[in-house]
Amino acid sequence: MAERLLEVDDLRVSFATEDGIVRAVDGISFTLDRGEVLAIVGESGSGKSVTSMTLMGLTRGPNARFEGSAKLKGEELITASEGKLQRIRGAEIAMIFQDPISSLSPVHRIGDQIVEQIRAHDKKISKADALDRAVDLMERVGIPHARGRARGFPHEFSGGMRQRAMIAMALSLSPSVLIADEPTTALDVTIQAQILNEVKELKEHSDSGIIFVTHDLGVVADIADRVIVMYAGRVVEQGTLDEIFYDPQHPYTWGLLGSVTRMDRDPPKRLPSIPGLPPSLVNAPKGCHFRPRCPHAFERCTEVPPLEARVPEAPDHLDRCWLEVDDKRSRREVAGRIGLVQDTTVAA
Amino acid sequence: MARFVVRRTLSALALLFATSVVVFGIFEVIPSYNPARAIAGRNANAETVAVVSRKFGFNKPVYTQYVNTMRLIFTGQLIDYNDQLNVVDQFKQRFPATLSLVIPSALIWLLAAIMLGSISALKAGKFADRGLTVFAIVGVSIPIFLLGAVLLYWFTFRLTIFPNTGYVPLTSDPVQWANHLILPWISIAVLSIGFYSRVLRSNVLDMINQDHVRTAKAKGLSQQRVFTHHVLRNSLMPIVTMFGLDFATLLGGAALVTETLFNIPGIGQYEAQAIGNLDVPPILVGSMFTAFFVVLFGALVDVLYAVLDPRIRLSG
Repeated sequence: MAERLLEVDDLRVSFATEDGIVRAVDGISFTLDRGEVLAIVGESGSGKSVTSMTLMGLTRGPNARFEGSAKLKGEELITASEGKLQRIRGAEIAMIFQDPISSLSPVHRIGDQIVEQIRAHDKKISKADALDRAVDLMERVGIPHARGRARGFPHEFSGGMRQRAMIAMALSLSPSVLIADEPTTALDVTIQAQILNEVKELKEHSDSGIIFVTHDLGVVADIADRVIVMYAGRVVEQGTLDEIFYDPQHPYTWGLLGSVTRMDRDPPKRLPSIPGLPPSLVNAPKGCHFRPRCPHAFERCTEVPPLEARVPEAPDHLDRCWLEVDDKRSRREVAGRIGLVQDTTVAA
Repeated sequence: MARFVVRRTLSALALLFATSVVVFGIFEVIPSYNPARAIAGRNANAETVAVVSRKFGFNKPVYTQYVNTMRLIFTGQLIDYNDQLNVVDQFKQRFPATLSLVIPSALIWLLAAIMLGSISALKAGKFADRGLTVFAIVGVSIPIFLLGAVLLYWFTFRLTIFPNTGYVPLTSDPVQWANHLILPWISIAVLSIGFYSRVLRSNVLDMINQDHVRTAKAKGLSQQRVFTHHVLRNSLMPIVTMFGLDFATLLGGAALVTETLFNIPGIGQYEAQAIGNLDVPPILVGSMFTAFFVVLFGALVDVLYAVLDPRIRLSG
């Protein structure tokens, strides 16, 4: 069995704001092994980015509260000292951010930004050697004329090249865990495909574990081994790629799957969507957070459903929905495919 | 770059010309202003005044007077009306004292403002920040003549730590030079420390939440390095602009009050006397001198901007 890299157990993150306590992540548990791709899926504000940034200690602040545990190769991250986290950041856990335009320093050369990271962790390496390594990395992720491009500034790079530079930077110390936080969201569709190929390439040729944070299920189908679906700070469903795509248990997952446009089917007259908006995390609805938008909600949904295995034959397939498994399997069929019935009584 | 230099030089010449015309023009429209009477002395009769007026050409048309004056400035022959001293020589003699006052003071205020502004931002909302905020507001509000007078009173008359005003050239005695100038340096610096540190504080607070600063942290850099290389580095731009302008005007003689109060024989002191006596030549030369530095440092600031931020290209 592959080495276990991450072990996250009931991690909770909340922030004190002027409006009250925001429970950004309300209990998430997962593991990540070498060579595995874990996708965390959800809408904006579902807690997926907070989860990944918390692993690197980037959400720490005077107003942040943490509970639960997150261990990297057995070492606790949540309570780790700032010095220890500095050694882990960039070297053991590296992150590719969403927007390469704002995430790279505008005033430093691309090569220097990579060199800075290498030298932060390897005090003995000379500047010239570090630059050679940076150029190698840039070539590896498909940046042409890397030697010359390393002297360029981010504003001289195209969006796709910037994101490749970001990936090169994240890979510079061969991290065990690579977190990609919506790495394709800010890019053109054609560039998205190229960047995804880079990530797939990584999955095959490195033994890192990858956490892929996204709201795009199409991308998830392409690269993930396991999937966590988050909604309003809570995990609503988690399981293997096949379990989530072929036997989804939570109505929110149905809605997400139903909203994906597919090339292999007749196009729908109207793009399906999930009516309503995600709830405020300060004043979250009682019980199941998805209840106000769920056409299948019933009385029991005012009670928070625990995240547990409900499909008898799949003990690792967890979800948070009170409906019976058989009931769910019939309710999720909408016009011959999985989806959320469009219920006009749900407040839009 | 060549284009930049040419365009800036042309705009500098235009500004100098405009400044000279405006300053010259102001004294033409001041009612009952008669430089001949000032030159002739308090007890001169009407005949003497008329002689003086003819000798200095005050009876000629304005534009002739203007052209004459400009010619005298650029041939170094212009004299002031009050003491009949050569104005250009005065500026040359007095400039070292002004430099001695302004350059160290500028270093003090820059360093102090960067330090205090950074501390204030890093401790935002805490006691240190509140204390520095009060200091900054007091520093910005207190007039230089009052601050200078208070410093003089305490440190020279009551505590007798520093000598009672005056100026010793750096070349003759560096220790005495500094000793005489510490209070004036502080008097000038306090205002800018207050102002700059406030600006820096808000810049740093903006910058700390930028995505690329988060990236810097995610790279595993030390907090110190994240701050100096990423946060502070990007927060200094507005400070550079402010500094260019403030430094230029001070070099041009804007330290009137400080030089007068501490009896430093610099350009500002000369200017202050000239203004008191409505003595046109030093005021005219002083204005052009200041305009020259403002243009020069404006161009330097733009060059420095382009160095600090590669996204900025130099254009005229």
